[in-house]
Amino acid sequence: MEVATKTQNTDTMSKNTNHLSGAEILVRSLVEEKVDSIFGYIGGAIMPVYDALYDHQDELQHYQARHEQGAVHAAQAYARISKKPGVCFTTSGPGATNVLTGLADAYLDSTPLVIITGQVASGFLGSDAFQETNMIGLSMPVTKWNFQITKVEEIAEVMAKAFYIARSGRPGPVLIDITKDAQIATADYKYKKCDFIRSYQPMPELDMSQLEAAAELINGAKKPLLLAGQGILLSGAEKELMEFVEKTKIPVACTLLGLSCFPTDHPLYVGMLGMHGNYGPNINTNECDVLIAVGMRFDDRVTGDTAKYAKQAKIVHIDIDPSEHNKNIKVDVALLADAKQALSLLNKVVRGAEKPQWMKSFKDFYQLEFDKVIKKQAYSKKENINMAEVVRTVSEQTNGEAILCSDVGQNQMASARYYEFKRPNTQITSGGLGTMGFGLPAAIGAQIGDKNAKVVSISGDGGFQMTLQELAMIRQYNLPVKIIVVNNSFLGMVRQWQDLFFDQRFSCTKLDNPDFVKIVDGYGIEAKRVSKRENLDAAIKEMLDSPNAYFLEVVVETESNVLPMIVPGTSVSEMRLE
Amino acid sequence: MQEYTITVFSENNIGLLNEITIVFSRRKINIESLTVSESEVKGVSRYTIVAFMDEGKVENIVLQIEKIIGVFKAIYFEAEEIVHQEVALIKIAISNKLNGNLEALVRNHNARILTVGPDFLVIERVGYKAGNQELFQELEPYGVLQFARSGRVAISTSQKDFTSYLKGLAEAS
Repeated sequence: MEVATKTQNTDTMSKNTNHLSGAEILVRSLVEEKVDSIFGYIGGAIMPVYDALYDHQDELQHYQARHEQGAVHAAQAYARISKKPGVCFTTSGPGATNVLTGLADAYLDSTPLVIITGQVASGFLGSDAFQETNMIGLSMPVTKWNFQITKVEEIAEVMAKAFYIARSGRPGPVLIDITKDAQIATADYKYKKCDFIRSYQPMPELDMSQLEAAAELINGAKKPLLLAGQGILLSGAEKELMEFVEKTKIPVACTLLGLSCFPTDHPLYVGMLGMHGNYGPNINTNECDVLIAVGMRFDDRVTGDTAKYAKQAKIVHIDIDPSEHNKNIKVDVALLADAKQALSLLNKVVRGAEKPQWMKSFKDFYQLEFDKVIKKQAYSKKENINMAEVVRTVSEQTNGEAILCSDVGQNQMASARYYEFKRPNTQITSGGLGTMGFGLPAAIGAQIGDKNAKVVSISGDGGFQMTLQELAMIRQYNLPVKIIVVNNSFLGMVRQWQDLFFDQRFSCTKLDNPDFVKIVDGYGIEAKRVSKRENLDAAIKEMLDSPNAYFLEVVVETESNVLPMIVPGTSVSEMRLE
Repeated sequence: MQEYTITVFSENNIGLLNEITIVFSRRKINIESLTVSESEVKGVSRYTIVAFMDEGKVENIVLQIEKIIGVFKAIYFEAEEIVHQEVALIKIAISNKLNGNLEALVRNHNARILTVGPDFLVIERVGYKAGNQELFQELEPYGVLQFARSGRVAISTSQKDFTSYLKGLAEAS
């Protein structure tokens, strides 16, 4: 095995394709795949790759996280905003195991990632060498594909395959583990993009008879309801959805990850689905005659008790992944296609009249929800600020045009419920996995993915402390991210469950918090705290007007519960308003 | 719980066996028997997996196996839809205990003697698991030294299309 010698300068290196190190080949593969940003953390087993990166700084910007979990969450949000696979570098052992949470998150939320983990030299594999972990075994259940490279000759082909798999079909995370000797050895370089793998069908063939059956149900429906999931955003079908809805006059409800795929101020938008979604679309799920589910997977947080879910309705399910059809809910028509393809074909044949009575029932339910919940939370008169007010104020001041990155828990549900999304693909949150600590690094990745966007991160005091070290990234790269922590000194969502289901035995949910303003100040980021309602508007305005990163802690009501709620084990139509 | 035989065709790649078994283990389903070997197409492996599970689950399991990159096709069968066999090898000690009984046993079970050593002989039987088990139990009193049983191999009575699909793959590669 030959070792690459570094005699060439950058110019001649980029032209020369003979006798390159594996590390150089890997980095050039990234350039071929139009990668411009990499998130990562250096360490022993990935050093040759970082050394090769040193010569490509003009085309590849590396963002140095302070923990690999921060790097992978940033890469996830970057991917969702930029619509390109997010790329991460980590070293072997602990560096690699630290990305597992992000992989699991990306796998559940269909986010394209290419994660490169360094590995000990191939001769040491299986010997329990220093920082050796079986990353292929560990990542197998949480990746769409993974591969261990042990030979330099494999690199270009495997990288091409990795990007093809990550971004095609139902997107997902890919992990490439590369031994140190493969990074150092040399080979001639030739890159060929991958567009076919014989055992992989990313775009299955659509059964036209199912399409006809779907159109017939849709055209005959009196009380239809469309459930819009993240598949709309992933396939870029926002326009097709709008055309479909305007042709058929079918009301639209979004899943958590579907939020922002349809403007919330559209007359046919009826709200969010799920455990803490809006009252109308949940109740009417069990009233509609045809349910059209597009790019969503009937998650248990959406369905409640599946035995009592939409039993009266004919269900049309559009999903690109055949294993999602009939998995949780038995459907009448399964359309195997991505949302864009299915909707554009349906748009040629669907039609529908206004449904005033049906729409009125949504309006009435909204009014009920407004009186019982929204008024009390988003327009609270209590002494302490409610986190719903914070989100509503941010929504009003940004005109619903900022990218909103929420964390997990009450802050996430308040963000989803009270932000008026006006622009497509402007919500980033951890849906399937519910990863606390996701929000802040996600905001970093979102800002890098769209440098001109206003990015607001909303976290609770619990989740913020899981990844707050990434404030260093914000400072280092001068990212103008706006960071809000709604601080109720509790793990609020768990406290809510203890309140409702565990006899108010508040076991281990109270947090004795540090002074967040001081901590953020220590990172060199402007930080303020607000606890009085009369100062909230101005504090948020000051934050949003700042050209730089800005941190705002809002001290909020401790005892507040997120409502309405579908109590676990009950039906969507049994949703509680109080 | 019902017994299903699942046939999987995949690339012959490192790690695929692990990926396929994870689909079962994450649902706490035990694999009763597993056979993996090259199919009629070079480089394509054929798996025969036997497992007990609820009727509602098997369809989704098969789809989740098919979702694995490297897997061409996964199909599930109920008992009446397949022809299947297992092989058993039984090594017994040569001793006075045999006493002329062996011939009848071998004949009755349609078994055969594969080899004879100075102090042992090896009997082979091909058939259903239950029949192989029966022979083992009847031989036990004579001193069984080793008993090895293969997993199930199965051919479906109906499936035709996959053979042509595989041939297509072979021609393509």
